[in-house]
Amino acid sequence: MTALAAHLERSHWWQSRVVRRFLNHRLALPGLVMISLLTIACVVGPYLLPFDSLYIDLRARFSPPLTGQHFLGTDPLGRDIAARLLMAGRTSLLVGFFAMVLSVLVGTIVGVVAGYRGGWINAVLMRTVDGFLSFPSIFLLLALAAALKPSPAFITVIIAVTSWMEVARIVEAEVRSLREREFVLAGRMLGLRGAHIMFREILPNAVGPIIVAATLTVARAILMEAYISFLGYGIQPPLPSWGNMLNGAQQYLASAPWLAIIPGVAITIAVTSFNFIGDGLRDALDVRDDHV
Amino acid sequence: MTAFLLKRFMQSLVLLVIVSIIGFIVLNLIPGGPMAQYGLDPGMTQQDIARLEEQLGLNRPLWVQYFDWAWRLLQGDWGTSFRDGNPVLTVIGRHIFATLLLMGSSTVIAVAIGTWIGIRGATHRYSAFDYVATVGAMIALSIPTFWFGLIGIYVFALELGWLPAGNMYTIGDGSILNYLHHLIMPSVVLALVHIAIWSRFMRSSTLDAMNQEFVKTARAKGVSERRVIMKHVVGNALLPMITLAGVQLPSILTGALVTETVFTWPGMGRLFLDSLGYSDYPVVMGLLMFSAILTIAGNLIADIVVALVDPRIRLA
Repeated sequence: MTALAAHLERSHWWQSRVVRRFLNHRLALPGLVMISLLTIACVVGPYLLPFDSLYIDLRARFSPPLTGQHFLGTDPLGRDIAARLLMAGRTSLLVGFFAMVLSVLVGTIVGVVAGYRGGWINAVLMRTVDGFLSFPSIFLLLALAAALKPSPAFITVIIAVTSWMEVARIVEAEVRSLREREFVLAGRMLGLRGAHIMFREILPNAVGPIIVAATLTVARAILMEAYISFLGYGIQPPLPSWGNMLNGAQQYLASAPWLAIIPGVAITIAVTSFNFIGDGLRDALDVRDDHV
Repeated sequence: MTAFLLKRFMQSLVLLVIVSIIGFIVLNLIPGGPMAQYGLDPGMTQQDIARLEEQLGLNRPLWVQYFDWAWRLLQGDWGTSFRDGNPVLTVIGRHIFATLLLMGSSTVIAVAIGTWIGIRGATHRYSAFDYVATVGAMIALSIPTFWFGLIGIYVFALELGWLPAGNMYTIGDGSILNYLHHLIMPSVVLALVHIAIWSRFMRSSTLDAMNQEFVKTARAKGVSERRVIMKHVVGNALLPMITLAGVQLPSILTGALVTETVFTWPGMGRLFLDSLGYSDYPVVMGLLMFSAILTIAGNLIADIVVALVDPRIRLA
């Protein structure tokens, strides 16, 4: 008895099987470390650098990396790229994170209701999901971004509009398979309201796949922000984002290739990290692997 | 088979209706709606716009307008471009060949390489090759297509000078070789993400096929391992890939848009961005609807092909 008590006392959350499997995953931990470092750099970094991300110095235009005090060089207006990269990281990571929160919220509600109610409600909701998936996301994003006034909040919303469907599909399939289980029947017999059964009884059992999908959605949202900002319809200057730092980089490709290379590396590192973490979580949480 | 086809066809029709409703909502989200373009013209007074709206029926209830718009879409009347006054379908038609050429060649590359990586990864599971391919695919999925294009241009066009930095052909040189030379880089750039996706799916699909009873039977009969893989496994593993090809269409179109932008490739993606720049909403809407319809048609065709090839689905 005392041994059991001692054992229970010792088993903290970080000793659980899920955490152990996640930490033993060959990609998840590097991903977690990379994204943590990147986030810390973006939060703290701008205070440590000698330059402001918006400070224009025309005498120092197009300085290559590692010249003078400019660690990563300067852009066509002589602004310090290191400072801009970290400030841009704040924008891109925040947009990615909040777009994920919105997508998961919408996707989960649609998925739970469609999966639990079934029938024509399921048909209408899931066909709508199919409808949104029929559009190439960038076409829909650009049409919306060009039509309406682009602000960071609005960009976040439209990225969410084009990325909630995957979560909805995953949750719907999960809930549909849980709907016939005994605990749901028990809940119905107790006279619990539909909303209570859906969100308090069934939903907690579908948390694993949702967490995995959420991680991959952050990766996707960061990429989407980069795409539309690169094309000039996303985050608008002077607010820097990784995407809009690349906008216009193509015309200086021959003379100042670092303008194109540096932000792209940052995007790739951030997105790769989230994809690695998502892969690790999928293995740790035992989520069936039928998506890439 | 007829029942299956009929059911699948009806599903596509329903999807088409839903897609058109989404498209119509987007059209009406544009401030000023379909009249946005004229609102910017200083020669137009508020009265003129009100009169035009009356004439064009834009003051009717939204659902009436929707049916009117959808009906004209069905008849092939997709409006006229603000920019050059040509019918939208004509404008799209002028750009479709370039996009199909790019998508086609990059799909061939992606399928060839992705299938090979996937099969090898499955037959040599947990080998160094498999591990590198898995990590490589995840990194490839994380690289923005346009950035990969920029790096490609920097390395192969500007530094090495092996490949052209953009355009579909050199003016004055209409030879096939010239086209091909221009096609290499954009199609490889567009293919990267799809090699990754294709190889992942092919790997798990091959593993599924390898665990089937008929594979065990073939092995038990003493068929050589090479023959088992080539004859029994690959054929079955490729079946789900046909469906995947259909599902991947929107993502290939998304990739095509950015690839075309980076390589000044005169296709539909380039047209979409140019039209956005000119606020040429009829063409933007036309391309939005056209790409969705293309996707629905692609998925339908993929499902029909699978049903034709695989009797299990047809009879189910």
